[in-house]
Amino acid sequence: MESVIFEERQNQVHRKGKQPFDLACNKDSLAGAVSQRACVFCGSRVVLYPIADALHLVHGPIGCAAYTWDIRGALSSGPELHRLSFSTDLQERDVIFGGEKKLYRALKELIERHHPKAAFVYSTCIVGLIGDDLEGVCKKAGKKTGIPVLPVQSEGFKGNKRAGYHAACQAMFRLVGTGDTTGISKKSLNILGDFNLAGEIWIIRDYFKRMGIEVVANITGDGRVGDLQRAHGAALNVVQCSGATMDLALMMEEVYGIPHVRVSYFGVEDMAESLYTVARFFDDPKVMERTRKLVRDELAGLYPRLQEFRRALTGKKAAIYVGGAFKAFSLVKAFRLLGMEVVLVGSQTGTPQDYQELHDITDEGTIIVDDSNPLELSSFLKEKDVDIFVGGVKERPIAYKLGVGFCDHNHERKEALEGFVGMLNFAQEVYNTVMSPVWQFVPRKAGVRGQWSVASNQ
Amino acid sequence: MKSHNAPYTSTTNACKLCKPLGACLAFRGIEGAVPFLHGSQGCATYMRRYIISHFREPMDIASSSLGEKQAVYGGGPNLKQGLKNVQTKYGARLIGVATTCLTETIGDDVPGLVKEFRREMAESNGHGDLPALVTVSTPSFSGTHMEGFHAAVKAVVEQMAEGGPPTGTVNLLPGFVSPADLRYLQEVMEDFGLPVIILPDISETLDGPAQTDYEKIPAGGTPMKDIQAMGRSRATIEFGRTLFSQETAGRFLENHFGVSWRPLGMPIGLRETDRFFQVLEELSGRPAASGHARERGRLLDAMVDGHKYVFGKKAVVYGEEDLVVGLAAFLAEIGVRPVLCASGGHSGNFAEAIAAVTAGLLPEPPLVREGMDFYDIAEEAQSLAPDLLIGHSKGYHLARKWKTPLIRVGFPIHDRFGGQRILHLGYRGAQSLLDKIVNALLEKKQQDSPVGYGYL
Repeated sequence: MESVIFEERQNQVHRKGKQPFDLACNKDSLAGAVSQRACVFCGSRVVLYPIADALHLVHGPIGCAAYTWDIRGALSSGPELHRLSFSTDLQERDVIFGGEKKLYRALKELIERHHPKAAFVYSTCIVGLIGDDLEGVCKKAGKKTGIPVLPVQSEGFKGNKRAGYHAACQAMFRLVGTGDTTGISKKSLNILGDFNLAGEIWIIRDYFKRMGIEVVANITGDGRVGDLQRAHGAALNVVQCSGATMDLALMMEEVYGIPHVRVSYFGVEDMAESLYTVARFFDDPKVMERTRKLVRDELAGLYPRLQEFRRALTGKKAAIYVGGAFKAFSLVKAFRLLGMEVVLVGSQTGTPQDYQELHDITDEGTIIVDDSNPLELSSFLKEKDVDIFVGGVKERPIAYKLGVGFCDHNHERKEALEGFVGMLNFAQEVYNTVMSPVWQFVPRKAGVRGQWSVASNQ
Repeated sequence: MKSHNAPYTSTTNACKLCKPLGACLAFRGIEGAVPFLHGSQGCATYMRRYIISHFREPMDIASSSLGEKQAVYGGGPNLKQGLKNVQTKYGARLIGVATTCLTETIGDDVPGLVKEFRREMAESNGHGDLPALVTVSTPSFSGTHMEGFHAAVKAVVEQMAEGGPPTGTVNLLPGFVSPADLRYLQEVMEDFGLPVIILPDISETLDGPAQTDYEKIPAGGTPMKDIQAMGRSRATIEFGRTLFSQETAGRFLENHFGVSWRPLGMPIGLRETDRFFQVLEELSGRPAASGHARERGRLLDAMVDGHKYVFGKKAVVYGEEDLVVGLAAFLAEIGVRPVLCASGGHSGNFAEAIAAVTAGLLPEPPLVREGMDFYDIAEEAQSLAPDLLIGHSKGYHLARKWKTPLIRVGFPIHDRFGGQRILHLGYRGAQSLLDKIVNALLEKKQQDSPVGYGYL
């Protein structure tokens, strides 16, 4: 059979074995390859979306706003302005004569209606082309309404999601440093790169509270404009998610001298190590002792139940394809904890360092892939006879059509997978998926006609 | 530009989608076809996600993945490379190229580029048979997904249909209906003994069986040879009252090939379905098969059984214009008052179509609003105190706020299972809608009742 891998993409797929590891990545998507990637706008939108008391206005034609309306499970403990979808719905006339006036009127109208604490204005492909002065309109609207109105330079075609992360960080950085930091504890931090999907950031905040650490700003899950404005008062930035918010941490480090550490809240090992990393930073025996107790307490409840899942799941095979590679590291470890074998791992936007690390922690024979597509992914799933595939909504039908189990580990999920409790939820979901009786009936396992025949049916 | 009905500059929670999405859906209903967006990568990915979440099926949309350089110097090379890749890897027999706001604004001449591509491929040989290439202009800044859908259907017919000796076949252009609706239409046509070409046909491509292999292009869809033969059919039935005044694919077939054009409303509810069946009786020269007559009889029986539960209830109906027209027709027939009919579309024909299908049934005409978003709908509807909402799942937030039952129909259904299998059309579809409506009202009554009656 002809290979499903495009010639131009041969060096973006690697099978771990004897040959040296040198995976190409950071490339533009190949035209016609049905990349699973999105665009710059998408990157900005997913990062800023959870800021719940800000107005998020998409300056562009209707699609960009419509397809991002309330799509993430990013919860808020208070205002829910982020769940509304605002657009200037640019029309042909605006494309010809410019959209600046419409944008200004829309901003004024929406700010007066909703009284947000700030407004983010997202640029889309078309705005980049017609040359609207986003900066100028935002400035004018800010002056008129008295709130920060921040342009987000997220023209879709100007790169991939990572460029969008950067644009989002630049917009947020304009807020940082504008608030009052009095009263912030020396033992304090900002949580970066957690989006409070299914309430996850509340789990993490609770851990830090039990350690005796103050959380200044959630960036951006359950986020607030006011918290971002005083985020420069925190002693440490704790950064999860490889691409999304690292730029902000670096900017804050440069300007405000706030150091950062990288963490991951997925899986038992990484969760515990993340808390210890923070505890070590504050270099306080009391904090360290509280952290040890926290981890001990959490694990005591967790381990016996994980062992039950492990008994059932040992030897099952998993595939991983996610947006950023950092999450993949944790998932590889989490599956290992469940006794499962990871046979495929890939990401949309990993860096050379990310892939090297993936290569180092995976087993022989594992397929490592950058910026993949449905044809490749489906052929890998079949070849490796996978029991569960972890990805986002776009990957789901690839798995299901082949009769392969699936776990949504993306923005839209409604189950908390972070923290110690998240590991248990994850194990439960993997178990519920892999152990379902339906797989034995699908054509992949039972043949095209299964046990069914006209004769036996009569 | 929003319709004069809507007083605001900004749009909040749109009640429409963008044009290229509709085109992609239409192309998915052609056998061996791959939808292709000429634009930046994000558009294809967003639309795939949106469509997948409704149908729970693979939906591959290729993209020319334009970057900054191409936005400046033109997307031609990427378009050609993309077409070549889709041809070789997907084995596409047809590639439906829809434009986006990006490529429309930079002014790429897509038909010209495709012509160039054809010539280059012919010269270089060795690339096997070139797939059919259909192009359609779908700038997102003008019109909704429904305009995109109809534009794609029209482009396919204009660029592929041929004349010749008549075949006696009937063309059916159903618009954007569910796979269940399409399977129903096939059954009806078969029962009338009418050979039919349904374009597009997503009944299998977006509701297919479990597979052993990932099908690069899902089986099913309107065969290309059938599309070519559409110019030789004896008639074209085209659904959609708001389209009547427009240059549609059906009108094109009549003008160019003399295929008799039979525009009809979407056959939703009793009278609109009767009109559809009348045309079929006329074309086939025979009465409807007894099964359909019995379905109609059962529907009438159920309308009687249920009339008390629904009479005088007020419904807000929203979504695609022609779907709303059909739903309003049926609601009026069962005694529900469609107090507000709203759509994000603006054909200019919406109010007239609603008036036509509800004629003689309503004490007062409903508010009919084009160019609406959900902010406008909420504002209008609040004072109307509706008992029911009928539309796609994006109105759920209002149903929740007002504690009003929502009857989910159309696209998208992102918060329930089986959206692709909702049947709207024909006597059978009306029966299913009626059951849902009555039960939703009964459930609400039961829930709100302090007694908790066990008989209702």
